[in-house]
Amino acid sequence: MSFKGRDIIRIEELKEEEIYRILDVAEKMVPVARGEETTDLLYGKVLASLFFEPSTRTRLSFESAMHRLGGSVLTISGREGTSLKKGETLADTVRMAEAYADVIVLRHPNEGAAALAAQFCSKPVINGGDGSGQHPTQTLLDLFTIKSELGAIKGKTVALVGDLRYGRTVHSLSLALARLGARMIMVAPELIQMPTYILDELNSLGAKYELTEDLGRGIEEADVLYVTRIQRERFPDEEEYMKVAGSYRVTLESLKNAKEGMIILHPLPRVDEIAPEVDSTPHAKYFVQAFNGVPVRMAILTMVLGVIE
Amino acid sequence: MKELKITPIKDGTVIDHITAGSALKVLRILGITGEEGYTVSVAMNVTSKKESLKDVVKIEGRELKPEEINKISLIAPRATINIIRDYNVVKKYRVQIPDVLEGIAKCENPNCISNQREPIQPVLKVISRNPLRIKCVYCGRVQSQVEKNLI
Repeated sequence: MSFKGRDIIRIEELKEEEIYRILDVAEKMVPVARGEETTDLLYGKVLASLFFEPSTRTRLSFESAMHRLGGSVLTISGREGTSLKKGETLADTVRMAEAYADVIVLRHPNEGAAALAAQFCSKPVINGGDGSGQHPTQTLLDLFTIKSELGAIKGKTVALVGDLRYGRTVHSLSLALARLGARMIMVAPELIQMPTYILDELNSLGAKYELTEDLGRGIEEADVLYVTRIQRERFPDEEEYMKVAGSYRVTLESLKNAKEGMIILHPLPRVDEIAPEVDSTPHAKYFVQAFNGVPVRMAILTMVLGVIE
Repeated sequence: MKELKITPIKDGTVIDHITAGSALKVLRILGITGEEGYTVSVAMNVTSKKESLKDVVKIEGRELKPEEINKISLIAPRATINIIRDYNVVKKYRVQIPDVLEGIAKCENPNCISNQREPIQPVLKVISRNPLRIKCVYCGRVQSQVEKNLI
């Protein structure tokens, strides 16, 4: 298996053994990501970090990963001041960026943007999130966190909670979990439950999952509680939003029936879906998860640049 | 002598077994507006041996290309295409839904990059024919409504 020159666009394009290979390399990167060891594996290499939509964690962790590996970074952040604002097509923007860099990471408001970029660019393109589409490196760091915290992914029960309709992280993650043999409980009100086109794909993968509106059931059965933000703008009125948001809030009280070793993950940023007092419980792993973005992205960068097989 | 509803043509294309009532859509997909100067005969809801009713379109002086035939398959899956030269049928195709729809239909997702101003044609992969399910190669959305998204 070789990753050299490959694009990372959609999680389903990675085979099971390839996913585990990335997680293994990421494990070895942890001391470097922490700053305890140094390396110049990517000395002389340049990452073009093209972010046409706001991002904090994804952009910073990619840039941190590149710097920790001894490489350097060119950044475009936001639409302002970029050629996109002047009406340049994405196809032209990536052809320009490939002339200046060895690898490109792209965050863009339109679904399929990374696939288009890869078509016009001979250097590896990494999808840093395309609209409400996919965010494969987030999925890989979620999987890395589950594996490193629980020792395995297969056979675990993962409750996906919150905005399952529009949340791109849960779409990618559910497809990966299905293939890696985890069971899922989709916890959401009907209005923002997992979309049919994702459920169809899960069915074709033979996924084990169920749908419920009951957060309590999700908490009780889960090995992993994956919480996402419920977005206010998705609801027809404020009252409806308040009702739903209130019933999907994870608090100390709501965790009393949780399994002892259950872990809580969240792609962040959170608003009020996890109460701050939960942060100090052993369940809370969302800040570890945010850190894990760095070693996982280090693994991906070294692998697509062909420095590590 | 029995009167024919549509007379035979000398050269051109006869599209037979079009789903009843779809002939005008077929013409629209083929980009035939009547201004091109071809003689075009349209028969709608005529009795057929195979089906209860069908539409037939005859275009004189124009031979359809395979990629045009593929476009028709999406709205008239049982249509046959007869290429006529000097009153004889020289080629007969049955329409087939292609494996990949390139530049035929738009992705149904309005936020897909293929619906933005980019130098590409929409590309949809056919993942099942009956029922029809297609997947956008850009955004990955699986969809089944093609007819209303035809280009």
